[in-house]
Amino acid sequence: MIASLEMDRVSVELAGRPVLAEISLCMARGEVLGVLGPNGAGKTTLLRAALGLARLGAGEARLEGRDVRTLSESARANLAGYLPQDRRVGWNLPAWRIAALGAATRPPRDARRVAMDALDQVGMAALAQRGVLDMSGGERARVLLARLIATAAPLLIADEPAAGLDPDAQFMVMEVLAARAAAGAGVMVTLHDLTLAVRTCDRIAVLSGGRLVAIGRPEKALEPMTLREAFGLEGEVITTPLGPVIAARRRRH
Amino acid sequence: MAELRFGEPRQSRLLVGLGLVLVGLIALAIALGETGLSGHQYATAFTDPGSPAGEILWQIRAPRAAAAAVVGAALGLAGAVMQGLLRNPLADPAVLGVSASAGLGAAVVIALGLAGIAGAVEAAALAGALIAGVIVVLLALRLREPETLILFGVALSAMGGALTALVFNLSPSPIATSEVLSWLLGSVANRGWNDIGAALAPCAVGAALCAYAAGGLRMLTLGEETAALSGLPMARLRAAAVAGAALLTGAAVAMAGVIGFVGLAAPHLTRGAVSDDPARTLAPSALAGAMLLVAADLAARIIPSDEELKLGVVTALFGAPLFAVVAWRAARSWRR
Repeated sequence: MIASLEMDRVSVELAGRPVLAEISLCMARGEVLGVLGPNGAGKTTLLRAALGLARLGAGEARLEGRDVRTLSESARANLAGYLPQDRRVGWNLPAWRIAALGAATRPPRDARRVAMDALDQVGMAALAQRGVLDMSGGERARVLLARLIATAAPLLIADEPAAGLDPDAQFMVMEVLAARAAAGAGVMVTLHDLTLAVRTCDRIAVLSGGRLVAIGRPEKALEPMTLREAFGLEGEVITTPLGPVIAARRRRH
Repeated sequence: MAELRFGEPRQSRLLVGLGLVLVGLIALAIALGETGLSGHQYATAFTDPGSPAGEILWQIRAPRAAAAAVVGAALGLAGAVMQGLLRNPLADPAVLGVSASAGLGAAVVIALGLAGIAGAVEAAALAGALIAGVIVVLLALRLREPETLILFGVALSAMGGALTALVFNLSPSPIATSEVLSWLLGSVANRGWNDIGAALAPCAVGAALCAYAAGGLRMLTLGEETAALSGLPMARLRAAAVAGAALLTGAAVAMAGVIGFVGLAAPHLTRGAVSDDPARTLAPSALAGAMLLVAADLAARIIPSDEELKLGVVTALFGAPLFAVVAWRAARSWRR
């Protein structure tokens, strides 16, 4: 089977400083892979490298088996959709027009239908006509997620889609992405909330200092030693009737 | 659901409305002027275009109004494209240095005493604009961040301004200097149908390029990285937007000198009616720009003064306060 996303010994330097070192990982269609790590660990760069937005110093990134550097703009867009961390929006377009940008290459009528459907999935259908700059930050974040959902790409890559959202919306975001995975897409997300990650991801990759220090099932990837070495936390995964929870505290230095 | 407009007014209705106002303004500009005409003379002008009244209406006032409309439309459209491309409500056709370079081209020709050759000033202005346009298109292909492009535009603009000042400085005759200055202040006085004909080709190509780039401008609302993965050919669309705006600006400056403000204001006058959409602002901005300039030129002609007011002076004088009001109202919909 051809992997949805494959990274083979990828290294990236930004401004002469190594940001990613020899990252190798593989994602299948149908799974949600969470990318975790402290600030500056290289999570965003990993996502950008996978999409060919960051220049690879070494190694290779492949989407559906094809080297991302050799893909045309339209071929790449057909294979992957991207939700950047930056949520700035230039103009006060209505929510449905923003969501419809996810289907910009389709006829306007189709794009509008897909956009309304995506807004419905993120619970924003009622605000479809409202200008995105007239919304709260959380509402705007949901509209931007709807734009990602509106892409038909078989790989969705989202950079901190749950940041700044209320607890219910955080679960909703992950449910919407998981639904796309269940429908056959590969989903890669960066997250900071460890418990949210353990609950909602099929696998977790942990980055620290530009290196991949753990990858695997959530409970395994976030074992106490990884929490200590990557995050500087003392903690563990605790199983509760409502699902697993990460209990942790800062290490004493 | 397909027929639902989601609360947005129909684009066609807006365009027809603006078009009717524009036609009314042009009719007013043809009817009014320094020479008072009697009802009989107006009638003669229609039945006999060769009569003295007909000459005034169809060979002096009509081409002048048409020139103002074409220049205004070009500047309004170019301004809307620049604001969309750079995601900046303060951008205008001059921001990338195209106007300054066109002005420089004209200044050099006038200072060299070649202004007498028919079309020389216009050709030099267009050439200046095209050289700057090529530089900016090449930059736009390499630089994705709008801020960087603006900074290069400021540098190009400053260079054009400095070289124009140098032309003033070295110019042997004060007459040439005053001619350059007068040209730089902008005017559509004494423009004939042939001037308009000469501007039509660059304007049509420029407008077509802008129309092609419209979808890309809307996509850029979400920033460069989202656009890069949208499936749209962004490099091509960005280059088309810059080239189109440069052609329109160059043609406008070649025909009427440097006229500020219209390109900045026109998009803001129409943006509210199209839900802030950078793609759907283009056509209404062109019409609004034409309206502004036809009205400004009419004002320049009928305001009594010893020396006829320059068009660039009128647009700035009346436009700036109007723009402040629009900006105040629009402030809440700008980038937050």
